[in-house]
Amino acid sequence: MKIAAIVALAATIFAAPRAQAHAFLDHASPAVGSSVPAAPATVMMWFTQQLEPAFTSATVTDKSGNLVDAGPAQVDPKDPTELRVPLKPLPPGTYSVAWHALSVDTHTTTGHFIFTVGGG
Amino acid sequence: MHRVICRGLAAVTVAALLPSAEAMAHGFAGDRFFPATILTDDPFVADEMSLPTVTLNPTQSDGSREFDVGTDLSMLITPKLDFTLSNDWAHTRIPGMSTQTGLTGLTTGTQYQLFINAEHEAMALAALDVTWGNTGRVAAGAPAFTTISPTFDFGKGFGDLPDSVPWLRPFALTGNLSLNFPTETETNGSPNPNSLFYGFAIEYSIPYLQSQVRDLGLGPPFNRMIPLVEFALTSPFNRGQTGTTTGTVQPGVIWAGQYFQVGAEMMIPTNSLSGHGIGGVVQLHFYLDDLFPNSIGRPISKWFQQ
Repeated sequence: MKIAAIVALAATIFAAPRAQAHAFLDHASPAVGSSVPAAPATVMMWFTQQLEPAFTSATVTDKSGNLVDAGPAQVDPKDPTELRVPLKPLPPGTYSVAWHALSVDTHTTTGHFIFTVGGG
Repeated sequence: MHRVICRGLAAVTVAALLPSAEAMAHGFAGDRFFPATILTDDPFVADEMSLPTVTLNPTQSDGSREFDVGTDLSMLITPKLDFTLSNDWAHTRIPGMSTQTGLTGLTTGTQYQLFINAEHEAMALAALDVTWGNTGRVAAGAPAFTTISPTFDFGKGFGDLPDSVPWLRPFALTGNLSLNFPTETETNGSPNPNSLFYGFAIEYSIPYLQSQVRDLGLGPPFNRMIPLVEFALTSPFNRGQTGTTTGTVQPGVIWAGQYFQVGAEMMIPTNSLSGHGIGGVVQLHFYLDDLFPNSIGRPISKWFQQ
């Protein structure tokens, strides 16, 4: 009986749904810290885990802190690890991306990076 | 401006809806992820487990050499409070004597997260650790007396450095400061001094470099590596033992995955009192909050909540 209870307890503990984890930024386009010759139309970010669309966000600002994104960030429904931010036409300069990601198991992560358009 | 306010309200709403998510995460302060270091106590409370930690210590000044297999468990009671358990099995070879094996004694601890500052990637905790006497094999090195150790641990990432020094931003520092108070002043005529323990780990995070500063295009396994140097010193300060500081310097690397991490470090004695030659340590460490987010990876206070 005791063994059965221990087995049941262990099964309850370890039979968790498929484990998920923190969503780290794997890579981005434009790449983190990169300089690109032409203004991108979209910032794309790929994460190490699937994202929860309702609670994942990102903003892009110029050096003065003004928002330059053309709309809210959206998780790609076909690839839930990808987050896209549409951009307004960007003049040459340095831009900052700030993201807040919620993976599907409710772990949150945040990050910032910059990219430069043209001569910066 | 209106959009900024709306997004700010949305962020506040998200935070309000998910109050416990970040609190349960292991080792995060803002954009910074602190790995669990091998020698230096972590500055964060967490649901984690090291199993095993395998150590071949440098040869001691008396010629003995110890091989340890250890385990550590840390479990959250609440999002800010945890308890820890650790124990080692030791195999000690002593010149001219028979080899000694056995458990080295149980250490328990209670840790409270004092603060986590996301903007400055800083965190600290206060802990009370107890190494219990007569819970291991004394002949194998386990103490016959209990030692009480109030401890302060801190961590600081340097991501808040200015953009003019981007390559320094992946650096982080963690450290411990503790006082050790044995409950017996001597054992079999040998003094048990009070002592100060202080240790630091200097880390350079490749994941931070590539996701926050500059993507160098490093792929697996390098994109998850965190090179580091740890050092720890113990300085007795009474009972005739003042000036007998011992310690090790441990350069190595931690590979931090999604659910576990692996660390390996060399062990270099800081002086002849600390031994001679080189030892080594490897550790497999599991993030229980990521492996079991709906059961034992949650604070115990939330185990029975929906």
